[in-house]
Amino acid sequence: MAVITGTNWTAYDAATMTAREIYGRTLAEMGKHNSKIVGITADLAKTTAIVHFAKAFPDRFYNVGIAEQNMMGIAAGLAKSGLIPFASTMAIFACLRAGEQVRTDIAYQNLPVKIIATHAGISFGHAGTTHHCTEDLAVMRSIANMTVICPADGIETSKAVQACIDIPGPVYIRIGRGFEPPTYENADYDYEIGKAITMRDGTDLTIIACGIAVLQSIQAAKTLAEQDGLSVRVINMHTIKPIDRDIILKAVKDTRRILTIEEHNVIGGLGDAVGSVIAESGKGCVFKKHGIYDEYATIGYAEDLYAHYGLDANGIIDQVRGMMGKEFEADENWEDD
Amino acid sequence: MPITINERQKLLDTARDLRLSIIDVMEWSGGSHVGGSLSCADILTILYFKYLNVDPKDPKWEDRDRFVLSKGHAAAGYIPVLAKKGFFPEEQLKTFNHFGSAFAMHPDSNKVVGCDVSSGSLGHGLSIAAGLGLGARYQGKTYKTVCLLGDGECCEGSVWEAAMSIAHFKLGNVITVVDRNRLMIDGFTEDIITLEPFADKWRAFGFEVVEINGHDFDQLADAFDKAWAATDKPVLILANTVKGKGVDFMENNVVYHYAAGDSSLCERAKASIMKG
Repeated sequence: MAVITGTNWTAYDAATMTAREIYGRTLAEMGKHNSKIVGITADLAKTTAIVHFAKAFPDRFYNVGIAEQNMMGIAAGLAKSGLIPFASTMAIFACLRAGEQVRTDIAYQNLPVKIIATHAGISFGHAGTTHHCTEDLAVMRSIANMTVICPADGIETSKAVQACIDIPGPVYIRIGRGFEPPTYENADYDYEIGKAITMRDGTDLTIIACGIAVLQSIQAAKTLAEQDGLSVRVINMHTIKPIDRDIILKAVKDTRRILTIEEHNVIGGLGDAVGSVIAESGKGCVFKKHGIYDEYATIGYAEDLYAHYGLDANGIIDQVRGMMGKEFEADENWEDD
Repeated sequence: MPITINERQKLLDTARDLRLSIIDVMEWSGGSHVGGSLSCADILTILYFKYLNVDPKDPKWEDRDRFVLSKGHAAAGYIPVLAKKGFFPEEQLKTFNHFGSAFAMHPDSNKVVGCDVSSGSLGHGLSIAAGLGLGARYQGKTYKTVCLLGDGECCEGSVWEAAMSIAHFKLGNVITVVDRNRLMIDGFTEDIITLEPFADKWRAFGFEVVEINGHDFDQLADAFDKAWAATDKPVLILANTVKGKGVDFMENNVVYHYAAGDSSLCERAKASIMKG
């Protein structure tokens, strides 16, 4: 994939702009090269930052007002006319308010609509539960034809947004809200949808993370190496569907301990996707899913919530330490709990 | 322009044949949405045999007019009209609803040749039509998109979201038709949930409403002529129809929203259609 001029973001960009800001600017650059790209939103042009595309290409940008179902239906129609629509709203409205339009109008017809959903997870914590979204990965994973992506930071968001054009069907990319510290130094790395990235090698345990949890996992792994002498592998599973089966099974074989970290309900998201691969392989390992434990998150700013729910480095360290005392049982003794 | 006597007779003959096919499909499929298919049979006939510029030899022709059957349950009328137009052999209709068939109770655009949009979940089609209209405009295409809604379907809020968009974006290239047969599954629309003043609602949303008898080809032609000539004020054709139209014992009878028919019932239905 050739990087489009003007999208060679650096850590400085990622530290000074939100992922959504980088998304909007990336899309505006892409629009210069591809006249089939059109944009659509439901009164969240500024909030989702698709406004950058809107300003550059007012003749192919549509704001339908606060009507997400209509937005997804119109996106389907635009795609039917031969265009590549990018539809942006908050994650919760994309996956649930307009969920049936996503499933029936877009995915069932296998249309190339790219849904770039912001404010995912608990990143908009202080907005309250109505604006949290810890369900989208579960919803989108279960929709046939849908590709599901959760980038680690702004730089990776830009790469995912550029790469998703090459996917013939629908794509869902979930990004957060805030100014999370960048995971990558620059955009000089290979990115391929469906191919996870090993951020740090290790032999004692593997953390498989997505989104903001990737950087926190790397930091946790560094601390665990220093303080506990542990060798922890960290995998950035930026594509939740199709999941990178090979990298998971290699991690099972090499480390025999797998911990998944996601800013999502532990039901239906990254953890379940990884767990299914392990279970179906017939290979056993110590396995733990960490995320939001099937509850509605409390109110608060995102960083406070990440700390509260153990999605920061400290919380991840605790999870790893808890798993290190457990051994995978290869025998069939069920009575020795 | 007004239809000629010959044209009218051909349309009447085609609509009669379509109604006979609808009854065949009712029997072959093991049950179908016969009432709402019969109510829009004349609308489908004049669209496919006079107005829509489509080519059965090149079903994906990019400049073709588009049709969105938002009331997707009328597939039992829509799929036969596509067969009559020549998109696929009528013989294939015998597979309707059967294992592996392209044809089901609601149409799948990835399976039914000539079908532009999958539908069935009500309240979706008009937004898709709006997207097609916006896409045509941006790409400098002159094709029209016609969307056929059921009246009961207009209970769905998303219909009105789409209506706002069509008016706001001045999509004269999208033509909206409502099959106003006044019945939904549980009874008469006005008893279940009031739609009236229905025409006024569409006017208030920015549409020019053309109210007609949806079984009268002269009125249908006048309405579609007007809609085809629209530039930036969208037209809503409010087609007053009779559910079950053409089969005496099905007309205005809520039982025939969805029904199965054995061969004797279907024979009676066909006899009624042939009587006219």
